[in-house]
Amino acid sequence: MSDIETLEPAAAEGAARKTLTEALLYLDGVTVTFDGFRALNALSFTIDPGEMRAIIGPNGAGKTTMMDVITGKTRPDKGDVFFDGGTTDLTKLDETQIVTLGIGRKFQKPTVFESHTVLDNLRLALKGQRRALPNIFRRETAAARERIDEIFETIKLTEHRGRLGGALSHGQKQWLEIGMLLAQDPRLLLVDEPVAGMTDAETAQTAELLREINANGHSVVVVEHDMTFVRDLGVRVLCLHEGSVLAEGTLDQVSANERVIEVYLGR
Amino acid sequence: MSPSDTRPPALIPTNGLVFLGVLAAVAVLVPLLNLTTSPDAAVHVPTYVVSLLGKYLTYALLALSVDLIWGYVGILSLGQGAFFALGGYAMGMYLMRQIGTRGVYGDPVLPDFMVFLNWKELPWFWYGFDLFPFALLMVVLAPGILALVFGWFAFRSRVTGVYLSIITQAMTFALLLAFFRNDMGFGGNNGLTDFKDILGFNIQSDGTRAVLFFLSALALGLGYVLCRFLVRSHFGKVLIAIRDAETRVRFTGYRAENYKLVAFVVSAMLAGIAGALYVPQVGIINPSEFSPANSIEIIVWVAVGGRGTLVGAALGAVLVNYAKTYFTSGFLAPYWLFMLGGLFVAVTLFLPKGIVGTYYEWREKRRPPADAAGEPLPDPKPAE
Repeated sequence: MSDIETLEPAAAEGAARKTLTEALLYLDGVTVTFDGFRALNALSFTIDPGEMRAIIGPNGAGKTTMMDVITGKTRPDKGDVFFDGGTTDLTKLDETQIVTLGIGRKFQKPTVFESHTVLDNLRLALKGQRRALPNIFRRETAAARERIDEIFETIKLTEHRGRLGGALSHGQKQWLEIGMLLAQDPRLLLVDEPVAGMTDAETAQTAELLREINANGHSVVVVEHDMTFVRDLGVRVLCLHEGSVLAEGTLDQVSANERVIEVYLGR
Repeated sequence: MSPSDTRPPALIPTNGLVFLGVLAAVAVLVPLLNLTTSPDAAVHVPTYVVSLLGKYLTYALLALSVDLIWGYVGILSLGQGAFFALGGYAMGMYLMRQIGTRGVYGDPVLPDFMVFLNWKELPWFWYGFDLFPFALLMVVLAPGILALVFGWFAFRSRVTGVYLSIITQAMTFALLLAFFRNDMGFGGNNGLTDFKDILGFNIQSDGTRAVLFFLSALALGLGYVLCRFLVRSHFGKVLIAIRDAETRVRFTGYRAENYKLVAFVVSAMLAGIAGALYVPQVGIINPSEFSPANSIEIIVWVAVGGRGTLVGAALGAVLVNYAKTYFTSGFLAPYWLFMLGGLFVAVTLFLPKGIVGTYYEWREKRRPPADAAGEPLPDPKPAE
């Protein structure tokens, strides 16, 4: 944590950026334009292996577009997106290839498989055979069952395993989706607004859950509006505005930043 | 947590056992009552009824093939009739080659329509159809390859929903127009007919009719078991997941297009088999089988019976076609199409899950909630 202390409070773009080979995720000068609107404007930042990072920013700051670019849903007009110490160029791959590399994504709106049981949701997500024909004859292994039980412990949905995904409450769906990400065993989890619509207790539990996932060696990027939640996470914060990095540092540093206050309060 | 949670659902659930039981009884009783009782007996089943019921069974298999992709993957194919017709044409070509010198023109090789068109030799794509095993292979390969090529382009380009439905409709319409042309070499407008025998047996005889009926029932039963096997496998769970949240499936690492393609090809092959069993029982195959209205009618059967239930699709096909036979032979005949349309509207409004789906729902409500987590019921959304 010492490198955070040495940060200049007002440091903005490029603060504490790692070199290409050190970073797990490396974005440099990424620009995305939709019909003349610059959703991302020369966005650059890096994520270290094993790091958890919160990304904040007002509506339209480009948070979701950034996730779309990393996961291959949107191709950038300009810029580099590299994974795993610069070994892989993500802009050349499609969604499925990127998932296979180890980048999992949770969407803003919880999307679980509603007519499958909670158990089947995890079975489908569990790392393993993904090809169509072999899966016709696939049988569940004991190791897979154990791993699923472990994930159920982590996301605390064990007693709901027989229910349909669609029958879960909003908060439970969010956890199930996080559990599905865990089941894929990704190296990097991208989590889009996990606590939107949650109660305070659920929010606190979600922060706990994400910290636990991060402690187990997964790198995590969380996009969130809820400042209490971001404080609970206790990690470095990146503030986006108009498609580029406005400020970076601890939550206190970022929220003390003049420009951040200006953007959020519109002064 | 109860141990039942982790147990996979049965390959053949209770309703499937009932279905297969009834089917087996019908498969044995109908031919038996036709062949062994005297025409005057009260229990006698006339031969025309055997063929009529046999036709219903092939329609049921066709409906099953639609339910596999519409009910479980969300692919609303409005061109399934094309695969049925291709299977039918493959069988029809075999039957044409069996006519030999018994045709009107008595040509040993060329079917009558080719002699009539003044053709001198058999087109290359008719080669091999004098061999029954080759024709059987073509019954599944012709629809299968068309589905493979069509699906590969459509699914890879991520054509979904109503756009996919429209291009499947366009596909069957294009084939309709092509098969109408005499130059295509498939008998043009008249299609293929005047069949004499199949594997040396007279196609009109009661015995042959009974065997064809039995085989149709067998194909329907095996088709049902195959579909059940597919939908309850890990593969099938991915199919249902694609129906409900395709993007999530892609972001879980599955190539949704490959899963759709496999299901689409299997479905086309089942439809082809249904067509091949249909043709010898009705005695003709012509381009009208490709007509878009036919394919839409199949969707009505499945919707009436219950989308995503398999058994419902088969039941819907038999019920709607029985109604069609009944109403098109009386004074109500001119109004049949209105009734069919009205039926579809009524089912959509009042029984959105179809007959079998509604029955499941009713049974689920009566069951104590602790046990409510049995086999997950598919929850088909309205036609996408």
